[in-house]
Amino acid sequence: MAQTYRSMLVDPMVDNNPITLQVLGVCSALAVTSSLQVAAVMALAVTLVTAFSSMFISALRSQIPSSIRIIVQMIIIASLVIVVDQALKAYAYEISKTLSVFVGLIITNCIVMGRAEAFAMKNPPVASFIDGIGNGMGYGLILLLVGFIRELFGSGSLFGITILPTVNNGGWYVPNGLLLLPPSAFFVIGLLIWGFRSWKPEQVEDREYRIQVVEAH
Amino acid sequence: MEQLVSLAVKAIFVENMALAFFLGMCTFLAVSKKIGTAIGLGISVTLVQAITVPANNLILTYLLAPGALAWAGFPDVDLTFLGLISYIGVIAAIVQILEMVLDKYFPPLYNALGIFLPLITVNCAILGGSLFMVERDYTFPEASVYGISSGLGWALAITAMAGVREKLKYSDIPDGLQGLGITFITAGLMAMAFMSFSGVNL
Repeated sequence: MAQTYRSMLVDPMVDNNPITLQVLGVCSALAVTSSLQVAAVMALAVTLVTAFSSMFISALRSQIPSSIRIIVQMIIIASLVIVVDQALKAYAYEISKTLSVFVGLIITNCIVMGRAEAFAMKNPPVASFIDGIGNGMGYGLILLLVGFIRELFGSGSLFGITILPTVNNGGWYVPNGLLLLPPSAFFVIGLLIWGFRSWKPEQVEDREYRIQVVEAH
Repeated sequence: MEQLVSLAVKAIFVENMALAFFLGMCTFLAVSKKIGTAIGLGISVTLVQAITVPANNLILTYLLAPGALAWAGFPDVDLTFLGLISYIGVIAAIVQILEMVLDKYFPPLYNALGIFLPLITVNCAILGGSLFMVERDYTFPEASVYGISSGLGWALAITAMAGVREKLKYSDIPDGLQGLGITFITAGLMAMAFMSFSGVNL
């Protein structure tokens, strides 16, 4: 095996992050990050679904005819998501209300399908499981970072506990309302990508057009 | 009637699938480099959305909702937990059928849209449309209007985005923001612009 389990687990965090580098699973990353608690639940749910779906698909990989593999993968993923959805409704009803349709949308989260297609179809179950956990955590890392920034500066709290007392409650911090609104998620992720790529310059994309300085004669 | 018009306006502008709920973002970011392709994908999404949302509405009303199986003699059965798997199955099947029908009867349209159709099965905007329909308890006419208009809203957003990106590629952007980064920030600015529709009420 070319990759060790450790590198499978750690690589997707920074070097090969599913969100910032591969642009997978962005939909939910933007929508559920206005509070840290919701982001954490979502990250956990996606990690579990990715890990188990990769494992099951990998275990069945030699039985699945390639012409109907997408449907088979979909069915496995959808069944796992139903389990997660029912569990959330039973034990964390409030959070499942806030997440609303986004739990269901884990089915179409490109990370899950992407890992199933790119990794689980070619590798044994244990490796696929670890790869799923790694990618789920890479996704969770971004989710938590964005959730941290948005909740801390948008409402002055973390996990619902006040960190920066806001003016409305007699404190000093004037919350930045923009961070609670949808567009801010785009900005925060855009800036995070900028940060990641300045740190790891090999991730920078090539320009389509380059501005050239023409020498004057 | 007014209610349906207002629902359509709301679904296209105020609650735009792409810019207010971030649905279908993967394709939104990946396939918005050229206006031509963006329009093709937008039309395909609208088409599929217009069929799947009402279809899933019928499935919910006549097969899954509590008591819906009364016509088959099972008045106590509640199958709503099977919702997710049925909706995605319906979407995958309809996309497949659409692909075959277009291939057989409208070859030029198939050549234009064919490459996008497989992508659409895993587009969150499609499944999201059906899930919102369930969450908001739309009736059949409402679901039909919502399907078409949410698809149109998504098409509008991706076309506008492609227009911006076609110009943007000539600009001098810091290295780290190149490509994906600046696209996110552009989408953020567009989302802010779309937020100004939020006061619109018919």
